[in-house]
Amino acid sequence: MSRPLIVLLLAAALLASACSQSAGGGQREDGPPRQGGTLTLGIATPPDCIDPQQVGLNAGLNVGRQLVDSLTDQDPETGEITPWLAERWEVGDDARSFTFHLREGATFSDGSPVDAAAVKASFDGIKELGPSALVASGYLAEYTGTTVAGEYTARVEFAEPSAQFLQATSTMSLGLLAPSAYEATPEQRCHGDGLIGSGPFVFESFTQNQEIVIGKRRGYTWGSSLWEREGEAYLDKVIYRIVPEPGVRTGSLVSGQLDAITDVQPVDEARFEGGGFIGSVRSNPGIVFNLHANTARGVLAEENVRKAVQKAVNRKEVSDTVLSPNYKPASSILAASTPLHTDLSAELTHDPDGASALLAAAGWVEGPDGIRVRNGERLSASVIFSSAFNQSQSVLELVQQQLKAIGFELRVEPHPTPEVTDRQQRGDYEFLWYNVTRADPDILRNTFSTGAGDRSKLEPGNPLDVALDKQAASTDAAVRAPAAAEAQRLIVEHAYAIPVFELSQVIALGPTAHDIAFEASSRLRLSGAWVSPS
Amino acid sequence: MGVAVVTAGKVPVSYVLRRLTQTVLVLWAAFTLSFVILYLLPGDAVLTKLGSAEGGITADPEELAAIRAEYGMDEPVLVQYLDRLFAALTGDFGTSVTTGETATHMVVSALPSTLAIAVPALVLAIVIGGGVALLGTYTRQRWLGQLLLSLPPLGISLPPFWVGLLLIQLFSFELRLLPAMGAEGISSVILPSVTLALPVGAIVAQVLAKSLATQQAQPYVDVVAAKGASRVRVHIGHVLRNAAVPALTLAGVVTGNLLAGSVVTETVFSRDGIGRVTADAVTAQDIPVVQAVIVLAAAVFVLINLIVDLVYPVLDPRIAHTPAAGPAKERIHA
Repeated sequence: MSRPLIVLLLAAALLASACSQSAGGGQREDGPPRQGGTLTLGIATPPDCIDPQQVGLNAGLNVGRQLVDSLTDQDPETGEITPWLAERWEVGDDARSFTFHLREGATFSDGSPVDAAAVKASFDGIKELGPSALVASGYLAEYTGTTVAGEYTARVEFAEPSAQFLQATSTMSLGLLAPSAYEATPEQRCHGDGLIGSGPFVFESFTQNQEIVIGKRRGYTWGSSLWEREGEAYLDKVIYRIVPEPGVRTGSLVSGQLDAITDVQPVDEARFEGGGFIGSVRSNPGIVFNLHANTARGVLAEENVRKAVQKAVNRKEVSDTVLSPNYKPASSILAASTPLHTDLSAELTHDPDGASALLAAAGWVEGPDGIRVRNGERLSASVIFSSAFNQSQSVLELVQQQLKAIGFELRVEPHPTPEVTDRQQRGDYEFLWYNVTRADPDILRNTFSTGAGDRSKLEPGNPLDVALDKQAASTDAAVRAPAAAEAQRLIVEHAYAIPVFELSQVIALGPTAHDIAFEASSRLRLSGAWVSPS
Repeated sequence: MGVAVVTAGKVPVSYVLRRLTQTVLVLWAAFTLSFVILYLLPGDAVLTKLGSAEGGITADPEELAAIRAEYGMDEPVLVQYLDRLFAALTGDFGTSVTTGETATHMVVSALPSTLAIAVPALVLAIVIGGGVALLGTYTRQRWLGQLLLSLPPLGISLPPFWVGLLLIQLFSFELRLLPAMGAEGISSVILPSVTLALPVGAIVAQVLAKSLATQQAQPYVDVVAAKGASRVRVHIGHVLRNAAVPALTLAGVVTGNLLAGSVVTETVFSRDGIGRVTADAVTAQDIPVVQAVIVLAAAVFVLINLIVDLVYPVLDPRIAHTPAAGPAKERIHA
């Protein structure tokens, strides 16, 4: 009795979804930008925190970016650092001190001036937060203090060379908050209370698991040198609607209940090509999704085994089948959108025969179940990860099949975030699966240097450490570029980590939404966005 | 009816005391178990928070230890447990590590949103579920009875997740009658309530229909009919009244189902609520929030069961709270 009914209901659902795929083709004419209006943006995860100085996840960063300005900006195309709140700056020898000369006239939304004292208050405030400032604390790891050298001149100093700091000043994580913001507790700022920045938008409201609302900052005239216009935002208001279910996000956009959505799933991408809808994509700079090997554990201690895994991964197949062409095969440990990226795709080609040859030469012979063995040891390793990126599981299952073809067993082990974090902290893993977004090659130091994350468990003072320290010590591209290239080459050559694919931010804009842009770290920039009447 | 009311009014003090003790024990057990389970899991909320940034944790062990100390997580486990227990007695479940808000505030602010869909869902479930059961057992059309009585198993087996998406697809994306998300106005409550009502209504229908069928086979039905009562009167006035008592034992189960269903329903319909808060807190091992939710759920459960126990004698005077007072009276509502 119940079977025909289910069939009927299923048919209804299919019919309904078929009807909605009515999008036609063609480019769309955006026309001149329009002042005013509200942009309703569907986002996937509720941000626990929207204070850009504290938060580490995209959801919060995409809100926080609009509320604060930064000392500098970074050109998404070239990676060049350009003026924003700072008109110009000088970098001291060995990148231990940075002097910023601020533009005059910028104010925080409480009316107080953006001056050198405010720079000091912000950086001291971040330092005070310690590791609770998930991203910013890393940028200021060696920070010793800020000197107010003049009303609009601030000198920031570090105990160790910190070339990465210049790029860090362009991020929202080091965006400036008014000195009065620090009268609120960090928890209050996380929910917008006392979150006073100088950005093109101001905080309005935060409703748990529901929405975040920000409004235009009236009288804003100090936009970044990279923006088409430095003045007020077009939009009166932006509503970030939290819509966890991908199908509902997509359907709500198509039915006009949302103006634009983030986190478009690879399977839905085709739906937004043409018909007034457009997709917008940018690869995340930084460390690509990779299998980071613990060289102190099991079969991964053997370089030839790691190299064989490197050769057996078919990156193009990963992009083409479980992801989409928007997710590019990795061409280095750094994504191509990262400044000083080195193209090592020749080293990362799919070569299963080469992989098998390496393993055979090392004495690994095929066992009864197709997995190689040597002296009773199985050629097997686990990969642990938590599901921050939806497709991780399917990507790893495909990689598992690819590795099985050369007789390597990859055990795919998803765990909750706290467990992965705990095991990462204790070094209790074989492969670790992750990515990190950052538009600076110094991000490699965080996870590969024996003085920092040391996820490969290498000997201190190894050539990789030397290269990483060298790129950290100079903002001069002539010094930095070769060192960063050397670091990428060493990681790929020794297969300390197996790069797989570049994460991308894929957003979709309905007919009403225009000019939602990505900044250099692939977070949203809404200062130039506008909406047309629906 | 007068007899029943008097019986209910005579609830003895010893019974009340026993129930109160039970209540306290249940709440304490819920509190303790939730603490133990979350404590035993590998990792903790601080690791979740610091590991939530892309690429995982960057803090070193000393920094971690300092943050754990801020939340009192460096104390021996027994001290932590007792601290939490005594604070909870005053309604303070502690601060969420993930959001920095008090657990009590998070739960209290999520509650109205859940009630807004759970109450209409309950009413719908009872009306529709009850209606299906009554009609299914009343009709003399064999095919209609079979059709109606096959609905509950179907309702239970349909995943609410899928039902929710289907409703959104039809009524929001295609017909554009109702919003797919949010919590603004009555229109935003309709689809989630229906989604939540479906499995609950199915259970109500299933149990009530079975109970009605059992009662229909009892000899008193023939007696009442022989006295000249109409079929409707027999079915509603006598059979339903006797069948309602077993069905009422479901009240606790139904409440549990509503709470459990809210996790999926609130996610699909992008609403805040107890379900969302719970799911997030469990994933993050945010002990204060999980405990606040569990104690709340246990309290609701205990309260509902207490109300049900007090209502039983109203419906059926044979049930009394003083079994020692003598054998229950044999009485049929004839």
